[in-house]
Parts: sequence; C-alpha cells; structure tokens
Amino acid sequence: MNLRAIRAIALRDLKIVTRNKGVMLPLILLPLILMVIMPGAMGYFLPMAPPGEDFEDLALFLEMMPDEMAEQFAGYTETQVILVTMLVYFFAPMFLIVPLMVASTIAANSFAGEKERKTLEALIYTPTSDTELFMGKMLSAWLPAMGVALGGFVLYSVVVNLTAWPVMGEIFFPNVMWLILVLWVAPAAAGLGLGSMILVSSKANSFQDAYQIGAMVVLPVLLLIFGQIGGVIFLSPGFVFGVGLVLWLIDAAVLWFAIQTFQRNEIIARL
Amino acid sequence: MNKEQPVITTQDLTRRFGDTIAVKELTLEVYQGEIFGFLGHNGAGKTTTVRLLNGVLNNNGGQAKVLGMDPQKDGAALRLHTGVLTETPALDDQLTAREQLSLYAQIYNVPEAEISQRVERMLEDFELGERGDEPVGGYSKGMRQRLALARTLIHKPKLIFLDEPTSGLDPVATRQVHELIQDLSHNNGHTVFLCTHNLEEAQKLCDRVAVLEHGQLMALGAPRELAQNLWKGVRLEIELAKLGATEAVAALGSLPYMRDVEWHDTNNTATVWLPDREFIPEVVNTLVTAGGRLYQLKLQEPTLEDVYFAIHEDQGATVKNMDNALKKAALKKVLSTVDGGVL
Repeated sequence: MNLRAIRAIALRDLKIVTRNKGVMLPLILLPLILMVIMPGAMGYFLPMAPPGEDFEDLALFLEMMPDEMAEQFAGYTETQVILVTMLVYFFAPMFLIVPLMVASTIAANSFAGEKERKTLEALIYTPTSDTELFMGKMLSAWLPAMGVALGGFVLYSVVVNLTAWPVMGEIFFPNVMWLILVLWVAPAAAGLGLGSMILVSSKANSFQDAYQIGAMVVLPVLLLIFGQIGGVIFLSPGFVFGVGLVLWLIDAAVLWFAIQTFQRNEIIARL
Repeated sequence: MNKEQPVITTQDLTRRFGDTIAVKELTLEVYQGEIFGFLGHNGAGKTTTVRLLNGVLNNNGGQAKVLGMDPQKDGAALRLHTGVLTETPALDDQLTAREQLSLYAQIYNVPEAEISQRVERMLEDFELGERGDEPVGGYSKGMRQRLALARTLIHKPKLIFLDEPTSGLDPVATRQVHELIQDLSHNNGHTVFLCTHNLEEAQKLCDRVAVLEHGQLMALGAPRELAQNLWKGVRLEIELAKLGATEAVAALGSLPYMRDVEWHDTNNTATVWLPDREFIPEVVNTLVTAGGRLYQLKLQEPTLEDVYFAIHEDQGATVKNMDNALKKAALKKVLSTVDGGVL
C-alpha cells in the first residue's frame, strides 16, 4: 500500500475543498448553528421561560424513561431537568448530522465534483491502485468530517456548560452516552455519509446533483430525533452503542459496494 | 531510435464498447527513443489506445506489452514509468502550479528530498516560475498546457503519451511545445507517443506514424515512406495571371481526372491534385486555352496530409464507391467559396 500517494491524494482533495467557498460555507455554518448558536440560545433563554404545557409533555417523556436513566435527575430542579433533557438528549441526534453532512458534502465534491471539473483523468493515470486512489479520496472526506465533529463537540461542551452554569452550578456535560456518540457513532455516521455519497456520485454528473440526492442520508437521524420526542427511543449508552454498531455494519456494506463501483476501468469508460 | 528495443508491442489489441469497436486488432511496435505519431480523426480510437496501453482500461482481445509489462496486469507499476498528457489538461483550478507539481511528485513517488528542486526546475523550464504561486484558474490556455506538460514529466517517465498536445494553442505556444517534444526525444532519449490530428505537426515531429480509422490501423511507417508508397498522385502549384479564381477553378474542375483544386488568392496560385504527372501538359493547356498566363509551375513532394486523405478517400471509395462524389463535393466547396467572395 503506497501510503505516501494516499496522503498526497487526500491532501490534494482537502486543499481543493478548503478553497471552494460554495463547499466551505455550509461546512462552517452547519456546525456553527447546530453546535454553538442553537444550544447557546437554548441554554441561555430556556431558564427564563415560565413552566407550562411544554413541561407537562416533557414530564410525560421523563415518566416513560427507563429507571436507570431517570436516576440521573434525582435532586434536580424542574429547570435543571429541562436543560439536561434538551441539551444532553434532544441535541444528541442533531450532533450526528454534522459528521454525516460534512463527509457527504466533501465526498460529493471529491467524487462527483471531480467528474464535473474533468480533473479525474490525470489522477487515473497515476501509478496508484484503485484501492489507493479510493482510500485517498475517502480519507479526504472522512478525516475533516471527524475533525469538524470533534471540534464541534468540544465547542458544544464549552457552550452548554457555560450557558447553563447559572442554573446547573456544575459541569454536567458530557456524559457517557455522549462520549460513545462522539467516539463510536460519529465516525460511523461520517462513513455512512461518505459511502452513500460515493455510490450516488457514480451516477450523478455534478456536485449539485450528488449533494441534493445525498442529503437524504440524514433521514435516519430524523428518525432518532422524532423517535425520542415521541418517547419511543431513549438514548441510553447501550442504545447509542447499538446504533453505532448498526451504522458500522451498514458502512461496511455501503463501502464494499462503493469499492466495487470505484474501478478506474469503469470510471474512465464513462469519462 | 533503437529498433531492437520496442517499448510498446501490441498484437491484435481490441476494445469494444457495446456494439462499437473502438480499437480493432491493432498490431504495432514503438521503438525506444522515437517520436511515434498516432493519427486519426476524433473518435478514431487514439485516446482509447492510450488508455489500453496504460492499463487504465481493459482490452477485450489481443495483447500488449509496454516497457516489458502487461498493462492489464501490471498497470500501477507500469504507470510509474509512463507520463500521460490528456487531451484536456485536467488541472485543479484552485491549486497553484507549485502545489500541483509537488503533490503529483509525491503521488509518483519522487524521493522527498528531490521534490522541491525538481518542481522549481520544471517551473523554470516551462516559464511558469513567476506565477507559480497563483491558482491555476487564472492561467491562459498556453500556460495551462505547459503546466500539464510539466506535470506529465515531473517523475521523469521513460515513455510519454501526448494526446493532442497543441490543441487550441497559439502559434508561439505550439512552437514551444514542438521544441520540447523534439528535445525530449532527441536530447533526452524519451520515447514519445504523439496522438494528433494535426498532420503538419506529425510530419514535422514524428519518426514514424500510424494512421487509425474507426479503430483500425490503416498505415504504418515513416512519413516520407508512406507518402511515396501510398500516395501515387501529384500535387502541382501553378502561379497564374489574367485569369480570376472563378474561371481558373472552373477550368481546372472541368478536367475529369482532377482530384482536388485549391485557390490561394494572396499569390494568385492554384494547387491541384492529379492522379499522375502524365496529366500536367493537359492541365497547362487547359489554363492557357482559358486565357491564363502561367508564371510558375512547381511539383510538390507528397506530404503526410496527402497520404492521410488518400487513405481516407480510398477507404470511402472501397466501402461506398464514393470517390467521384467526394471529388465533386470538394470541387463544389471550392467553387462556392469563390462565389462567396472569400478568396
């Protein structure tokens, strides 16, 4: 395996992405909104809101919560419970959108975008194997997705602890579930975004086409969000670990198919 | 050119795309150090052949050996020693020239310690040094082509494939590229596989050429050899006075054996293509009878262009027996241009 070539291909794709404003803008805005602005606003304004019907819904959600998860709220005030529920549990699935979208956006640019710009042919003639070429391009999407996810997580931790400090009076975030989410599920989510985008890119002719079709990959995350709101799903550490396991299995299947489609012999015949 | 050392050998090499045959039973040898011209129309199978020879496309039949390797089995190892300039430069507009060369040097496994020096040398040789740190998106077409060439050569390949290297370039840039190709072959011992439909370019640069038509090899040899063997006709240049373009072309076109006529308004000269030198006196007689005065008569050596069109015309005649129709169409084209007042 020619690691030097893989690194150079990844570096090349990364440089191209970081200099493309159309690609970079959503990559900066999305984590900023999901990981800083929304939780910051919630942490700051939620304690000011008077308790009402909304909290009654939340009380129902808490009643249905498994006992071992509900135990953590023992001794909390009403406002503290609301804050922890929102910032720790309801935001967790939204965090997964970050690695998913970052990976799929970069992959769309790296695979379909390259086809659109007609720059792939020069790479195809390099002395790399199909796997090395694939790995280089894959890493150029997966590594920044993980970088942004980890950076977003650190920012999120700072923002929620700071804004909730007047109510919580302690550092309450992250918990074990979030650590599993960040270290186990997020890499798999990035892999899913990446793998599905490679498959989409093999058919799409432009970055925009691939990006639009690939956006459907966030649907499983929406299921998690609504499942939780509806009280069907509770993000316990065990459940989150299970979600990660399922995602890794899907990743393995999707990436296997992606590698099958990524063969220079097939790609060049379509150029 | 070392005839004992073929760097490319193909035997019945074939590639199909569905029902279309892109390359059909191609058999040829390319020798070390030569500039080998690969001629053909757009879609004749030139680019597909380059892809087959570099192992980026699999063949459906026949076999190939390039630098002693089987492209289909040893593609990656082979491409370490080949450099390919694709028809479109395929440059990354967001990157600078220096970045592109440096990244490709790494991909091509150039030793780390040599990369910086080699990149600077390339930028200097290809006159890109001053703008080496600017994104390529702002480069002119000529600069882009020079950079693409520099990238092709960054790893010092033994065998260089150039696909239409001067397409769309201005005469100055074209000349630079021609000088570079000659330098690569004659001074540095590289083998150059030059795909082109520019016949003048092929005639000027190539030691040998192959003519491809619908994926099939139609002719192979040195340009002069081919001209002598394949084109039996005569090309005559006639400087005239007292006879306008319309009259001259009409008079010449009335001769049944006339293959083609071209009129050059700038020097009142007609170029005519005849099947044999035996017809020259009659051509002269026709022009004089029409009232023309002849100042100069020059018999031209057949060029690669003559051979190329003769091959294509012959094929057309064999396949569809359209030789006369083609001649008439060519003549009609000349006459319509005269009528349009372009000449």
